[in-house]
Amino acid sequence: MSGPNTDYDPVEVTPLKSDEVDAMREAALAAIEAAGDLDELKRVRIEHTADRSPLALANREIGALPPQARKDAGMRVGQARGAVNQALAARQATLEVEHEARILVEESVDVTLPWDREPRGARHPLTTIQELVGDVFVAMGWEVAEGPEVEAEWLNFDALNLGPDHAARTMQDTFWLEPSDGGLVLRTHTSPVQARTMLTRTPPIYVICPGRVYRTDELDATHTPVFHQVEGLVIDRGITMAHLKGTLDHFAEAMFGQGITTRFRPSYFPFTEPSAEVDLVCFVCRGTGLNSAGDLDSCRTCKGEGWIEWGGCGVVNPRVLVACGIDPEEYTGFAFGMGLERTLMFRHGIEDMRDIVEGDVRFSLPFGTEI
Amino acid sequence: MRVPLSWLREYVDLPGDVTADDLAHRLTALGLKLEALESPGADLAGPLVVGRVLSSVDEPQKNGKVIRWCQVDVGPEHNGEEGSRGIVCGAHNFTEGDLVVVSLPGAVLPGGFAIAARKTYGHISDGMICSTRELGTGDDHDGILVLEADEAKPGDDAIELLHLRDDVIEFEINPDRAYALSLRGVAREAAIAYGVPFRDPANRDLPEPNGQGYPVRVDAPDGCPVFATRTVTGFDPAAPTPRWLARRVQLAGMRPISLAVDVTNYVMLELGQPIHGYDGDKLSGPIVVRRAGEGETLTTLDDVKRTLSAEDLLITDDTGPIGMAGVMGGQTTELSGTTSHVVIEAAHFDPVSIFRTARRHKLPSEASKRFERGVDPLLPAYAADRVAQLLVEHGGGTVEPGVTYVGGPPESHPITAPVDLPARITGMDIDTGTTLAHLRTVGCTVAVDGDTLTAVPPSWRPDLTDPYDLVEEVARIVGYEKVPSVLPAAPSGQGLTTGQKLVRRVGRTLAGAGYVEVLTYPFVGDADWDELGLGPDDERRRTVRIANPLSEEEPTLRTTLVPGLLKTLARNVGRAQSDVALFESAPVYLPGAEPRTAPILGVDRRPTDEEWAELEAAVPHQPRHLAVALSGSRELPGWWGGGRAASWADAVEAVRRVAAAVGVPVELRAAAYAPWHPGRCAEVLLAGEPIGHAGELHPRVCKAFGVPTRTAFAEIDLDALLARAVPIAPAPRFSTFPVAKEDVALVVDVDVPAAAVAETLREGAGELLESVRLFDLYTGEQIGAGKKSLAYALRFRAPDRTLTDTETAAARDRAVALAVERHGAVHRA
Repeated sequence: MSGPNTDYDPVEVTPLKSDEVDAMREAALAAIEAAGDLDELKRVRIEHTADRSPLALANREIGALPPQARKDAGMRVGQARGAVNQALAARQATLEVEHEARILVEESVDVTLPWDREPRGARHPLTTIQELVGDVFVAMGWEVAEGPEVEAEWLNFDALNLGPDHAARTMQDTFWLEPSDGGLVLRTHTSPVQARTMLTRTPPIYVICPGRVYRTDELDATHTPVFHQVEGLVIDRGITMAHLKGTLDHFAEAMFGQGITTRFRPSYFPFTEPSAEVDLVCFVCRGTGLNSAGDLDSCRTCKGEGWIEWGGCGVVNPRVLVACGIDPEEYTGFAFGMGLERTLMFRHGIEDMRDIVEGDVRFSLPFGTEI
Repeated sequence: MRVPLSWLREYVDLPGDVTADDLAHRLTALGLKLEALESPGADLAGPLVVGRVLSSVDEPQKNGKVIRWCQVDVGPEHNGEEGSRGIVCGAHNFTEGDLVVVSLPGAVLPGGFAIAARKTYGHISDGMICSTRELGTGDDHDGILVLEADEAKPGDDAIELLHLRDDVIEFEINPDRAYALSLRGVAREAAIAYGVPFRDPANRDLPEPNGQGYPVRVDAPDGCPVFATRTVTGFDPAAPTPRWLARRVQLAGMRPISLAVDVTNYVMLELGQPIHGYDGDKLSGPIVVRRAGEGETLTTLDDVKRTLSAEDLLITDDTGPIGMAGVMGGQTTELSGTTSHVVIEAAHFDPVSIFRTARRHKLPSEASKRFERGVDPLLPAYAADRVAQLLVEHGGGTVEPGVTYVGGPPESHPITAPVDLPARITGMDIDTGTTLAHLRTVGCTVAVDGDTLTAVPPSWRPDLTDPYDLVEEVARIVGYEKVPSVLPAAPSGQGLTTGQKLVRRVGRTLAGAGYVEVLTYPFVGDADWDELGLGPDDERRRTVRIANPLSEEEPTLRTTLVPGLLKTLARNVGRAQSDVALFESAPVYLPGAEPRTAPILGVDRRPTDEEWAELEAAVPHQPRHLAVALSGSRELPGWWGGGRAASWADAVEAVRRVAAAVGVPVELRAAAYAPWHPGRCAEVLLAGEPIGHAGELHPRVCKAFGVPTRTAFAEIDLDALLARAVPIAPAPRFSTFPVAKEDVALVVDVDVPAAAVAETLREGAGELLESVRLFDLYTGEQIGAGKKSLAYALRFRAPDRTLTDTETAAARDRAVALAVERHGAVHRA
């Protein structure tokens, strides 16, 4: 930077000429306004504000003026430079916005392009329905109990009041394990978990037991030798069938929606007395038995009955309590059980059991969003 | 149990407007489950009339058939001007003058078969002469139905004559309601349902037993408490079964055979008491009821020679066994078309004995079904008398005055219960009066003493043994629909266990990583092990075996998830889903070191701790495993560029990802383990213990299971992994000072594991090292054969200061130096 010039005629110094300073300012402002993009603006900035620009040169000459002239000249040049810088900043901001907008437009993509690069996964609906059931009961303070699939015959049958010569024992088509007198079976229901729970915990007992069970049925559209059940068990003081009904009504609503309640029909299970079958108000026709079109055809889900058979239940037979070491004079209890494949089938309109069993990924994937 | 409504009405005064549907639903509410409702004949339309064949002419046809052109008198109302109708008939089992059943034009036969006049074989056939099959009353289609000569007259309505219309309700009878396996029992329930009188068909006057009946000796009174016989002689074996009786037996689901057989079936259906009839002329010597000798044989009515067990209860005479008591009769004394001398057996057998015999010989019969559930022990004398009466009524002959009755019915045991038990157990408002009334309604004799009632169950309710049985009886009559709905308040619970939460988390992790869950059957066979290439002594061949498998090829339970998951993968690939990633989380079944027997404990008390321990020890270990299988593309090619095939690394990554999700560190090392590719298998270690394997499957295994080569697979013992999960994870500490980065490239022998080198660098760099990451792997000419170059990015950071270049370089140099020393690495600068 050169020092102030002290060797000049003050009258000839430019800053004193207001029209020239104004001209420099106007020229600069016009150039700024005319700059069409950021590059052009950069050139304008150099031309009109850099060290060799007219206004900068004029500014430099102010120092050489006589003191009485400096003030006016300084003000004039300073105002001009201020106006130019302001205009530059404003133009810079405008052009940057325009530039960004243009870039964004240029960068736009086809957002409908597929992105199936990574595969989707899913859990099996039988898993998620077991979790759903568990969550309904855990929310009420119950706990989820589990037990082995290869089970002691005594727990699967005898402890549940199914003695060796009980007629009901043949109703359960049991897989027996070798040696055939080894006392082991593939459990035919989740009820042995109830027996285990009673044998290993003390009342009050509030448990839900989902799990895999086995019967010697060949696989077809409605049967599978390997299937899933969920059973509930409550042992407490003063438990009645009314508590059973209340629990099942709550369960039904949680699984199928508000207003879906249950009804009992007398039935027989060795481990409960009294025993009942549980029906569910058909959640599709809501008990009317009519199909959604309201025409003569009946509801496909409940076959026009208005009710869907859901499972079995009853008051725990005191004989079972005795075998499991619970005093029937002090405690009563209830138990219920449902088939989960069946529940899944009518809940989701699955028409063939084999779809659930075969493991075709196309079956499970749509359930990936089940909560 | 199939119940024709017209038959049921004989024993119960049901209101006339009661429909089968209403009855079925009311009885279902009482505990007899509606199985099906049928209305045979509902689709029938007349005119269906009796006709007399006036003339018939056989006319041979070109096609070889001989048709019969008949003039049939079908009554003045339906006859043509000539006093008959002309009908073409294909059957020849009738003659002029016979009475037949004619469906006239306009009639509709069962199955919607509409009859019209039609031109056939050169005649206008003005109707059809019907066979039993066409009428829905039998299977006989060889000839037409010829009526008895005096049975009806031309023009009579055949629908009524043949009892073609009825309602039949089929009930599923629960094992505790054996009494409802009879019209008598169902009628009793119907009477309760409608509050109307019941007429007991067993209520009949009986002659006193005497010593003149067919001689009977019971050597096994525990198995046969009651044995009654009556004898009919002079019976006409050719006498037809009355149409109403045959029709009832048929509608109840049994096939009419002959009068004597039909009558025994009829009485069994009516009363619930199984009856056996013997041809009296073929019996020799007294009937003896005894247990079989081991290995003794009997040819039963179904023409099967059966080898007997010492537990089987037998009916014998001087010739040896003549029947398997309560299950099935023998051939030698069977009722036949010439039997005129009928010895009627009505006995009471022990349910357990019958149950065991029927099960042992796989011979469920109508009789055994009833006996094993429990028949009213008072019935034998009534039932024998009823059979005798029906036989002579429809088949002639004489009921002999001899009445044999050996033994006596077991007594009903009184049940004592608190009077408020029904209210207490059901939660319904049931007062004492209601309880007593309902117990009496079902046939109990009830006495009350203070707060206690004593009920003696009726003879037909052997299922009533416990106080709670009485509760059910009262509750079902009050009505289950009146049970209030009260949600019980459970004490606060602990929620899901850690294990349960983690199993869920593992599933969600894998689903989130693109794996689809499947649930496969656990059944496997030796062929699976061979195909997996397991050695003869491989531990996984030691299996739990099923005694009665569905398939002889798969008689054992899996010890690994591999076969099931590979078969499912193959099924998907076979269905053209070639890019598949599957997972399964399920138990395997591991037999103990030595076989143990799970004891059958008593049920009258809780097992002792020793008993319980013995039982638990006999149950095989069933750890939950986790497996993944992948084939095809793990990433698809597309507009973004190329894809990526699923590889061994994905299987390993699945394990790492699951381990990370549950916060448990696992290590890997190379292993050779079937069914994996020996050079592409990682053993998964947890705290130094192997918990599974991951990698690429052996190409031979892929071929054997029909899955693509290079299928990747991992299986771990999930229980073992989850057992190590830390329930409360400690928070990490990290520095906010600037990071210093150093890259090092080390050349090592190809068989030096990258993980080991990384571990060495970590050790050598010391605690200033924040992370080490392998970012490149190179093999090639530049570094020579048998070598590989591993490039690691090291990040250093101190917790309390900004590191100087000198500190960082020193740490890096220590790391490299240790790698050089330990792995013979050469640092590529």
